[in-house]
Amino acid sequence: MADLWLQFLLTIDASLRVATPLILCAMAGIFSEKSGVIDISLEGKMLMSAFAAAAVAAMTSSALAGLMVAIGVSMLLGLLHGLASITLRGNQVISGLAINILASGLTVTIGIAMFRQGGQTPNLARAERFRPIELPLAEQLGSLPLIGPIYREVISGHNILVWVALTAVLFTAFILTRTRFGLRLRAVGEKPEALDSAGVSVARTRYLALIIAGVLCGMAGAYLSTAHGSGFVREMTAGKGYIALAAMIFGKWQPRGALLACLLFGFLEAVASRMQGVDVPLIGEAPVDLILALPYLLTVILLAGFVGKAMPPRAIGEPYVKER
Amino acid sequence: MTPPPALPRWADVGLIPLINVLAALVVSGIVVAVIGENPFEAMMVMIKGAFVYKGSLGYTLYYATNFIFTGLAVAVAFHAMLFNIGGEGQAYLGGLGAGLTCLMFDSMFPALFLVPLAIMASASFGAVWGAIPGYLQAKRGSHIVITTIMFNFLAASIMVWLLAGRLKAPGQMSPETRSFSANAELPFIHDIINAFGVEMARSPLNLSFVVALLACVGVWVLIWRSRLGYAIRATGHSTGAAEYAGIPVSTVIIITMAISGGLAGMMAINEILGVQHRTILGFTSGYGFTGIAVALMGRNHPIGIILASLLFGALYQGGAELDFEFSTITREMVLLIQGLIILFSGGLAYMFNQPLAHLLGLLLAPRSAKGGQNG
Repeated sequence: MADLWLQFLLTIDASLRVATPLILCAMAGIFSEKSGVIDISLEGKMLMSAFAAAAVAAMTSSALAGLMVAIGVSMLLGLLHGLASITLRGNQVISGLAINILASGLTVTIGIAMFRQGGQTPNLARAERFRPIELPLAEQLGSLPLIGPIYREVISGHNILVWVALTAVLFTAFILTRTRFGLRLRAVGEKPEALDSAGVSVARTRYLALIIAGVLCGMAGAYLSTAHGSGFVREMTAGKGYIALAAMIFGKWQPRGALLACLLFGFLEAVASRMQGVDVPLIGEAPVDLILALPYLLTVILLAGFVGKAMPPRAIGEPYVKER
Repeated sequence: MTPPPALPRWADVGLIPLINVLAALVVSGIVVAVIGENPFEAMMVMIKGAFVYKGSLGYTLYYATNFIFTGLAVAVAFHAMLFNIGGEGQAYLGGLGAGLTCLMFDSMFPALFLVPLAIMASASFGAVWGAIPGYLQAKRGSHIVITTIMFNFLAASIMVWLLAGRLKAPGQMSPETRSFSANAELPFIHDIINAFGVEMARSPLNLSFVVALLACVGVWVLIWRSRLGYAIRATGHSTGAAEYAGIPVSTVIIITMAISGGLAGMMAINEILGVQHRTILGFTSGYGFTGIAVALMGRNHPIGIILASLLFGALYQGGAELDFEFSTITREMVLLIQGLIILFSGGLAYMFNQPLAHLLGLLLAPRSAKGGQNG
């Protein structure tokens, strides 16, 4: 029994680790999309910043420097997306897609030129990564029955970025609902002309939203290559940006909902990786690929309004043209 | 709202795509220079690799075949103002359709019957994978972009599951079906040409290329010469007006997406029936996304799509050559160029439009003043 409990807790722990980049990206998505800008470039921003973080960490031996550069790179991509979709009123989906493809090409091209390892960065040493933080008394309290392992396995032993991701949810919720900027941000995604007539710049608000989204994606990328992993591998985001997008929609563009969706999707992935090659009674070998497809399927079902209804911000995808 | 200054049609169709490609090449050239290689040398390697070496033109056209199919798919949907970024998944499932048909019937039917059957199967599997997002958009209001993204991943999951499971050839490790019999093969062009006594180098170029060209004619007739095409364009221009004119908009959306998906699905015939002769994992390798760049460049017109496909075919084939000639530049360079082309011709579309319109306005001012305003 205790063993089963431990197994379960380890899966929860793994879910949290897998969910961390999803949470950061989903919050990024909320900022962009609440302001009315479709953001399918989460994937590309995360990929570029994963590369930047690992490359800089390898060169400077500092994970923190890597994180900073990753955030900067991701913000620049956000500004490029803004230039295309806010200032030049281009198609936001196309611009996002372009950033994703650009990131795939650039990371490998620069990676090969810099490190000559087929697009990877060198393996990062312990000191060049974000290390797990063991909370005080983890070992002593861990021996308590039932509750002890929760503290030891699930709560303790995460790196700083996991905590940052969870804080980011509170931060997002706070900004959106409790600040003047958040109110404007939501208004600009619903009815930009109202904000414009109140004398607030639509473009400025949207740019700010994209910059914040860039910061969050940058941290997600750095998490992948310098905290969860130990170096950059080509295409290492492997669709996580799109899963985060799905989670954001699944959470109905709300921080709390998106957090829960990310944890659910993370849990599915953690379960799938534990079930690899396991024989399930009646079914046979566990259909791991199908479990991994569940986030996409669930999102389609939700979007179609078969369970509840996910309403996107009303002005999403429309460039704002100032009335004259 | 002030409309951007109007660009003459010849400039919009001819000049703007050229400027976009040029801009993408310049930026990529800068990246190459930063890496420490000579961009002009790289350019020459790509051109030689795409057109000059023996058999290279065949390879270029073989890649172009894929892009014509996926480009047409995106373009047809664009005419109804639908953004189908699910070409990748639709093509993938097209490969399932073709594969299943060949696995079932390749010892029963002769090529003359089996190949058309497999082509139809690939088109209909793709069509279904396009029509479902179309239905969800038309009847349930889900955003087609998001749904088609999800359907790409769903298609990938289904294919991994099937190819690593039920469809895997017995006694084999790699996730792919058994090889089909010769009945399921689309003949190579070099075999056909050689049969006439003309020498042609070996390449994967096969009869799918001709099918692709026929599809271009078909799309042209559909969009500009048919009742349905009119309905598609009307829906794209203004859903409200189309509805008011008695066009069943929901049905048109679903049918458009089915046609779009079918065209993307037919990409599989080039890879599966033409080259691989079995269904393999990941044979679409991003061609569905390249279709978006092709449709953007080609201005959603079949002629433009053929030209843009040739360009991208040359980029892919020439890009493969980079791997051999340079230690520091690889074919991923092509992804960079592709991303930049999409960025310049899609996201940043108005960056060159307005300055160019002003410039042309200045240059052509005396003449157009006499001719009066048109459009």
